[in-house]
Amino acid sequence: MLGFSRSQMIAFAVMVALIVFSPLVLYPVFLMKVLCFALFACAFNLMIGYVGLLSFGHAAYFGMGSYVAAWTVKHWGISAEIAILMGGLTGAALGTCLGWLAIRRQGLYFAMITLALAQMVYFFCLQAPFTGGEDGIQQVPRSAVFGIFSLKDDMAIYWLVSAVFLGGFLLIHRIIHSPFGQVLKAIRENEPRATSLGYRTDDYKLICFILSTTLAGVAGGTKSLVFGIATLTDVHYSMSGEVVLMTLLGGLGTVFGPVIGALVMTTMENYLAQLGAWVTVTQGFIFVVCVLFFRRGIVGEIGAKLKLAL
Amino acid sequence: MFSIFGIPGPLLFGQLLLGLINGAFYAMLSLGLAVIFGMLNIINFAHGALFMMGAFVSWILLEYLGIGYFPSLILAPILVGIFGIIMEKTIISRLYKLDHLYGLLLTFGVALVIEGLFRNAYGSSGMPYRIPDILQGATDVGFMYLPNYRAWVVVAAVLVCTATWAVIEKTRLGATLRAATERAELVQAFGVNVPRLITLTYGGGVALAAFAGVLAAPIYSVNPNMGTNFINTVFAVVVIGGMGSILGSIVTGFALGIIEGLTKVFWPEASATVIFFVMVIVLLARPRGMFGKAA
Repeated sequence: MLGFSRSQMIAFAVMVALIVFSPLVLYPVFLMKVLCFALFACAFNLMIGYVGLLSFGHAAYFGMGSYVAAWTVKHWGISAEIAILMGGLTGAALGTCLGWLAIRRQGLYFAMITLALAQMVYFFCLQAPFTGGEDGIQQVPRSAVFGIFSLKDDMAIYWLVSAVFLGGFLLIHRIIHSPFGQVLKAIRENEPRATSLGYRTDDYKLICFILSTTLAGVAGGTKSLVFGIATLTDVHYSMSGEVVLMTLLGGLGTVFGPVIGALVMTTMENYLAQLGAWVTVTQGFIFVVCVLFFRRGIVGEIGAKLKLAL
Repeated sequence: MFSIFGIPGPLLFGQLLLGLINGAFYAMLSLGLAVIFGMLNIINFAHGALFMMGAFVSWILLEYLGIGYFPSLILAPILVGIFGIIMEKTIISRLYKLDHLYGLLLTFGVALVIEGLFRNAYGSSGMPYRIPDILQGATDVGFMYLPNYRAWVVVAAVLVCTATWAVIEKTRLGATLRAATERAELVQAFGVNVPRLITLTYGGGVALAAFAGVLAAPIYSVNPNMGTNFINTVFAVVVIGGMGSILGSIVTGFALGIIEGLTKVFWPEASATVIFFVMVIVLLARPRGMFGKAA
């Protein structure tokens, strides 16, 4: 079904069940944070996992999505689903421009270019009047779905966030298992060969990049609605690093890896928050350990043990 | 008071000097990145953190051991270079057979650890480092007052960049190095210890970053974020210059610093982003970078 294998179907069912029942035992705002970052990481994974290009500037799309959604809700009073859509459109528009520039180079250069472009976006946000500079956009109302269903209650917005996450997750899954996704994998494995087969690889890479940044924008927009705030943290390059780490820890190129990675990292940050800079040290340490001993990530290792593709 | 294009001369030259100083750091850092990239095929994301470490080591030497600026200009790069060599031997060398992206991720992780540890130990506010007495004050050069220390930074940067260039392009060691960059197996077949060469190259590149850090210590306050602030711009510099040429990265570094300085005079708001704009233009016109070779 939907291109899921049997094992993935079971894993998906478990994930949905966890999303439905965990608010009974866990704090919904924490879960929403996990879901937003999980969608962000899944979007990022689309590039690194299936095209093999490491974007080191995904915070730009996440952050701009977050800013635009927050600004439009606050100043135009639009309903929540439109705001999230605005976040996605922002991600798409920005991704089209910057992606068009970045796909001119590959490998390490691609990573550096995306980082530099994201840095440019960061400086723009620092100076542009609409972002509120260091203060960010604060006290963003949660608005209402279709203008009727209020999202003031944490559980109400929880279901919206869950729906957005699951929608994004299934969309990514669909993309990967479409003929388009197969071409992406071909490009990852052997780009000259894909070119020789007549595929315009640059077009495929750009479309994939735009899809990825769109979903990153959606994740950012959703996040700003949940917390009612959009700040420079969302566009800062350390956010780009964080999403790389989530995906790496969960498992590059696995379907469920980014979700697990986001869950683990968000939980860890919650517990370590009072330790200040030790969070950075821990993150760096996890990076090193993952790269040296644990390159398949949590889900990748489990999949390898069970001989399943998760 | 004279003026150029309606801009007072001292202001113009002042910003030009600031630009030249930033350019000196861009040149030294991107040079180190290019040397390391040539040999190891990794982008050293820890470069900014090691630059910061150079500044901190010189501060620590002064604060706890009373070792002054000039000795630490030699000592700090050696100490940080040794740290780099240990890093290369123990962790980076395990990754050469893998996708180069893992090298980037690993060094990024190392950078986070180093910065986090220094932030824990010394906070983020930054510590001043006194300019050595002999370089205090300023000289009147006719059209402006030239602060002595800043002039020294530019001179030292030009010297160390030229020296690095000369070692790589003009000596036998450099020739071996360049040969190993092109065809490591073949050079190894001639009896050269290539792994040792790789280790020394990394140590050298790191020492260069630390040297820049010591030079930077009296100008910027010594703080754990100083490397990150620089290195993100340096990556754009590297993209603009392309990493194929030693001389190219030096020239690009200085040139971009000057462009940044001039932008500060004519359009201050754009000065933080001008280098990124240049990068965009270069990507459109010459995707390989100004001095880059075909990938």
